[in-house]
Amino acid sequence: MGIGSDMYRQQILDHYKNPRNHGRLESPTFSHTGENPSCGDTITMDVQLADDGETIERVAFSGDGCAISQASASMLTQRLPGTTLSELEAMDTDDITEMLGVDISPMRIKCAVLARQVTQDGAKIHEGEIEIDKTKTEDDA
Amino acid sequence: MGVQEPYPVDVDAIREDYPILQRKVGGDISTPGEHDDDTVPLVYLDNAATSHTPKQVVEAIVDYYYGYNSNVHRGIHSLSQEASVAYENAHDRVAEFVGASGGREELVFTKNTTESMNLVAYAWGLNELEPGDSVVLTQMEHHASLVTWQQIAKKTGAEVRFIRVTDDGRLDMEHAKELIDDSTKMVSVVHVSNTLGTINPVSELADMAHEVGAYIFVDGAQSAPTRPVDVEAIDADFFAFSGHKMCGPTGIGALYGKRDILEEMDPYLYGGEMIRRVTFEDSTWEDLPWKFEAGTPPIAQGIGFGAAVDYLDDIGMENVQAHEELLAEYAYDRLSEFDDIEIYGPPGDDRGGLVAFNLDGVHAHDLSSILNEQGVAIRAGDHCTQPLHEVLGAAASTRASFYIYNTTEEIDTLVEGLEVARDLFA
Repeated sequence: MGIGSDMYRQQILDHYKNPRNHGRLESPTFSHTGENPSCGDTITMDVQLADDGETIERVAFSGDGCAISQASASMLTQRLPGTTLSELEAMDTDDITEMLGVDISPMRIKCAVLARQVTQDGAKIHEGEIEIDKTKTEDDA
Repeated sequence: MGVQEPYPVDVDAIREDYPILQRKVGGDISTPGEHDDDTVPLVYLDNAATSHTPKQVVEAIVDYYYGYNSNVHRGIHSLSQEASVAYENAHDRVAEFVGASGGREELVFTKNTTESMNLVAYAWGLNELEPGDSVVLTQMEHHASLVTWQQIAKKTGAEVRFIRVTDDGRLDMEHAKELIDDSTKMVSVVHVSNTLGTINPVSELADMAHEVGAYIFVDGAQSAPTRPVDVEAIDADFFAFSGHKMCGPTGIGALYGKRDILEEMDPYLYGGEMIRRVTFEDSTWEDLPWKFEAGTPPIAQGIGFGAAVDYLDDIGMENVQAHEELLAEYAYDRLSEFDDIEIYGPPGDDRGGLVAFNLDGVHAHDLSSILNEQGVAIRAGDHCTQPLHEVLGAAASTRASFYIYNTTEEIDTLVEGLEVARDLFA
């Protein structure tokens, strides 16, 4: 598509309109919420670990906001099961843009990485490494 | 472009003054400037954030740097004298532009509207406010005013009150009457809302403030660029605005203040330029406005600001206002054609030259990204009015804002862009 398409390929729009694993888990090992106040993007990630306490078994997300933030969260809930917390910890921005399959403009990166950051911070809080209330990925306005 | 006759102005001729309006966008953004892969004509509708700079203003800045670049107020040599005179005269020109008959002594150059606000909040508010006092703001204040007075109030124990915004985006003047009382020492109001486009009755509010012995601070960031302003007719005690929203460069703004009030106020920043006599024990201050302009000032920017108001006066501020009103009404009417668009603020025939809205089902940031791919530059977000957005019940909105070089065809391009977003998100 020549017009209005670069960042909004079918995959992103599909995940936005039909989010996967949307809702809350019944008994998550940990949950964490993040928001970008100026965007109005909010995301809560629920993560359930396997008995080894290390492998991610199930992930669900809830929240609302722009297509980039919500599609990124939806894709992440499919991508994470089977990976370990240390693999989660190692995920960077490139991993997210690769997962989304599109170039994200610099001003929208904060939307794309919110779900990943929320999950990573949730894991660190769970392991007692950090103490924060809410995650955010934008600079203060 | 020469001096313009009464409206309508020759927009095509005006556009010739702005080389940037010829550029295309849509390609690589990793380096600034136009690239080979930029293919979509720019439609710039983000003028409430910053306006473009005409050749005449850039040339004034170039003339300074190439011809008489020098520090001001400290050299006996020719260049310093030329620079000093030009920089001082720019104060007089900008003062005249907003109707300040006291000239430079009532017109302080600052970095921008925000700094003008902070200057008064620190130099006056911090010294004068105390527990039991109140500062009255509106729910539609920009963060520049809201956060500044909120924080000064915390430091001084004063109370901050907010005049309500009605459902149609105007100030509830009955509520204003309730809030402005004997405890009120400052009323700080935005002249034209950067989000709602509302034109507030600042003269009436000035009377209400003065009746209880309070000062009124008018945030003119969106009004000085878009309509004739007369600070004395408003009877504003303070009036603040920014150069870069009115054809001037960034890094320069202004604070108008009534002379007797400015004289009573202590300096806000200390240092060079603003002192008269210094000993190891004490110092005395320079005359107005220099006592508020510590350190080497933004000389080129100040001279550029003077050139910008010359440029606007050549077009005529009545013409600028007429064009803003025409575009605002046209945009309001075009956007009102659609049931899935919610527009914030007063009707199209009673607002400043901007329209903030939301398209149902498409987040403002997604909409902005999709419009950008079609060359349309608009603002998406909270426009530095987060509390107002809470009142509106929207986390963010999309804002199109116009200036003297915009056309109704550009608004049509915006409306076509909305159709693309609808198709994608359907």
